[in-house]
Amino acid sequence: MNAMLAVIRRDLLMVMRRKSEVLTALFFFVIVSSLFPLGIGPEPALLRKIAPGVLWVGALLATMLGLQRMFAADHADGTLEQMAISPTPLVLLVLGKIVAHWLVSGLPLVLMAPVLGIQFDLDAGALGVLMLALLLGTPLLSFIGAIGAALTLGVRGGGVLLSLLVLPLYVPALIFGAGAVESHISGMGAGGHLSLLAAILALAVFFAPWAATAALRIALE
Amino acid sequence: MLSAHGLTCVRGERQLFAGLDLAVDAGEWLHVRGENGAGKTSLLRLLAGLSHPAAGDIRWCGKPIGHADAHYQQDLLFFGHHGALKEDLTPLENLAFAAAMDGVELKESHALAALYRFGLKGREDLPVRVLSAGQKRRVMLARLATRKAKLWVLDEPFTALDVKAVDLLATLIGEHIAGGGMAVLTSHQTMPIPGGRVVQL
Repeated sequence: MNAMLAVIRRDLLMVMRRKSEVLTALFFFVIVSSLFPLGIGPEPALLRKIAPGVLWVGALLATMLGLQRMFAADHADGTLEQMAISPTPLVLLVLGKIVAHWLVSGLPLVLMAPVLGIQFDLDAGALGVLMLALLLGTPLLSFIGAIGAALTLGVRGGGVLLSLLVLPLYVPALIFGAGAVESHISGMGAGGHLSLLAAILALAVFFAPWAATAALRIALE
Repeated sequence: MLSAHGLTCVRGERQLFAGLDLAVDAGEWLHVRGENGAGKTSLLRLLAGLSHPAAGDIRWCGKPIGHADAHYQQDLLFFGHHGALKEDLTPLENLAFAAAMDGVELKESHALAALYRFGLKGREDLPVRVLSAGQKRRVMLARLATRKAKLWVLDEPFTALDVKAVDLLATLIGEHIAGGGMAVLTSHQTMPIPGGRVVQL
């Protein structure tokens, strides 16, 4: 447990030393989702309709940016070997890496989303649902992404392969996440979508660290 | 304590070595020698449990190293080609993180003492990226001084070190062996440490 906290603390410390990484993802999210209202023009009804989809796709792509570096740096400098032979089970350390990835590239998006939602003329209730959906959905993106990052570790041109591998797996998060906001706007309530999102997250929290650990062991052989 | 029987290592299509037997007891060390590409690093990775042999088994205190009762990882310190150093962190933070990975508690005073011993006084709070290649190696080696592991598996520990640091490291390994420790290391140099045996690949 201590080792897992040490992994999280170290990853956050390194992000603090090199702030460009976290800011890149956040600014990417801000700019992509601001381009749509600018391009489409001031039509509140249309903007409200596309808002959930645009914000979710923006969040999806923004979390993809930092994904390849999740294990690559540790692999290159030998830290991953030390983690693999640590007395602490590797799966706990991998869980720490995933949590750190979410804190760095998921949580800022959740906090930024309501500000961006205002550009799309979403009301307070819809903004709340959007934040809640992202709060459940962005960890899911980190967990699923970790499997892809571990599988493409050490592969040449792994970045493109990673997107091809991971983006299709992000589809359920996109559908239920954007769906939650849409159904709230249309007055049907977001409960169903949010519960499904939470259920998928629970599954991913349990299985994804094991899958990523198995992939890392193969990469280390 | 550490013994391997009938080890065979295959990388891709090529067989690097086959039927290798070795054993190390307390107070002994093994010098793994061989040409470039003979499989020295592969052997050390097998011994560290990072990869699995195509045939044969490795035992620690009589139990296979993958076995949960072996507590092998707690007794092992593996030192690979790459230093596992983070460039953005300071030497002190790197040592603290390595200790956390090893599951041991490291007091700051001990970490500082180890860094001072390797001549890194005044550099403990600088990011590792501003240090020279030799100083980076010294930070890695300081980890040896902070960790009380029974078995040291060291891959080319003498690379990029100046004469003084080589002496210091040889002394450190000598102390470790004299204190009942074990070591397996690769090096192209001959080393003035007693109790050594050569494994030729």
